[in-house]
Amino acid sequence: MQFGIFSVGDVTPDPTTGRTPTERDRIKAMVAIALKAEEVGLDVFATGEHHNPPFVPSSPTTMLGYVAARTERLILSTATTLITTNDPVKIAEDFAMLQHLADGRVDLMMGRGNTGPVYPWFGQDIRQGINLAIENYALLHRLWREDVVNWEGKFRTPLQGFTSTPRPLDGVPPFVWHGSIRSPEIAEQAAYYGDGFFHNNIFWPADHTKRMVELYRTRYAHYGHGTPEQAIVGLGGHVFMRRNSQDAVREFRPYFDVAPVYGHGPSLEDFTAQTPLTVGTPEQVVEKTLAFREYAGDYQRQLFLVDHAGLPLKTVLEQIEMLGEEVVPVLRKEFASGRPAEVPDAPTHASLLAEKGSEEVTVA
Amino acid sequence: MKLVVVSAGLSVPSSTRLLGDRLAAAVGRQVDVDVEVVELRDLAVEIAHNLTNGFPGRKLAAALDAVTSADGLIVVTPVFSASYSGLFKSFFDVIDKDALAGMPVLIAATGGTARHSLVLEHALRPLFAYLRAVVVPTGVYAASEDWGAAGLDGRIERAAGELVGLMAGRPAKKGAEPEVVPFEEQLAALRPAG
Repeated sequence: MQFGIFSVGDVTPDPTTGRTPTERDRIKAMVAIALKAEEVGLDVFATGEHHNPPFVPSSPTTMLGYVAARTERLILSTATTLITTNDPVKIAEDFAMLQHLADGRVDLMMGRGNTGPVYPWFGQDIRQGINLAIENYALLHRLWREDVVNWEGKFRTPLQGFTSTPRPLDGVPPFVWHGSIRSPEIAEQAAYYGDGFFHNNIFWPADHTKRMVELYRTRYAHYGHGTPEQAIVGLGGHVFMRRNSQDAVREFRPYFDVAPVYGHGPSLEDFTAQTPLTVGTPEQVVEKTLAFREYAGDYQRQLFLVDHAGLPLKTVLEQIEMLGEEVVPVLRKEFASGRPAEVPDAPTHASLLAEKGSEEVTVA
Repeated sequence: MKLVVVSAGLSVPSSTRLLGDRLAAAVGRQVDVDVEVVELRDLAVEIAHNLTNGFPGRKLAAALDAVTSADGLIVVTPVFSASYSGLFKSFFDVIDKDALAGMPVLIAATGGTARHSLVLEHALRPLFAYLRAVVVPTGVYAASEDWGAAGLDGRIERAAGELVGLMAGRPAKKGAEPEVVPFEEQLAALRPAG
């Protein structure tokens, strides 16, 4: 099972000091977070993609390329890559380039974005959001698998005799996750291709996550990729930890109360009871995270949100250290126990390359 | 059949709730129904949180399930500033916009004077038309003076009869599971013609 960090990349004033990081501060902080994730033994760093303030990560492969040069083992990913408003041709090229530079330590997560004006800013229509996700990904899928593509669709200029360069590393396209919170069409899309499905459950109650994951698993099996239990599932998590649970609550509450997205709403206690948020000790995080399996089944990737709402970098790095030292080692052991042998790990470049090799042997 | 009354009355006791109860009782005299009352006052904080967070708390989720799984609805609001109350509107704002499609709905309102009675026709009826609910022809408005005058009973009986007719004629409900359009169909719909 893979564990990692995902970052939205928001620039938010620290409510306890009033200090707002500069864009440069925040960008460098995201890099420091990624490096820390590798240092403490986590597996994945995923950056968001946004094209409006107060967010900084508009250019994910630039950031991930830089991180790739400074890491050895970390898988570089996104949460999410906008399949709706980016040109699928450019996604194909950017991530293939990143694959080569990072020696295959790359996958990505498709998403539609949540900011209405981004669509018109990039010449698209939000009412076509699902259709853009379907058509653009269908093209991206071909660009990574066919050397020469002739293509015509609704949303993009046709392609005649087009070759996306560079070709994917070793002829193996990056593994793709599809992220969606409430669109069954996207769960269906992930199932159709046999790709991964990531449910960002962090602001949602468990029963909602359960329905979406079950739908994806059922349809994954329907399309003949394996049993429902073999489908590739990822989930979010949202934590703030201190050795003593009361200290965690006291320190996090001022950030929680005014946080973007959920601030000025329910109390920290209510929100903790209803969503995956855990504010407490590393042991409490272990307990809550292990319970995800009860409604999502045995899954492959767990990403934690730790760096939002204006938390200072020093605090965030402490969170990642606690994840690496106290939480993830226990989770690895506990998730492994009772996990059926037929449940696969999340695909990596190495596993996909091995699979491709064995298929070629079979064909020959 | 299941009948749900949504009452946006704020005082206790409330004439809005009283009107809802009288309408439900009138329906109950004509057909066998299980009646559940959703008092929005009790859900006010969870409704506000749903607006900021995007998901309902436990009590609100139960109320939303009751409303969307009903065979018929009676919705009653006090008139505030020439329309339904903000709380009433916010409750229907957090319901999925397709969840009430085809739902038989009896609209009713209360107010201090009869001068606001067209709120039923100018505010409530368009709201439920947008939600593609089927609204009975008779809306019931009760001004303070109506509680001491002849006529309200007759309107209640007529509206209840209309609701019973719609509930009885409603096709069987579909399941609550998310519906999936097979992916090949989604792709095919995007293929250029010719």
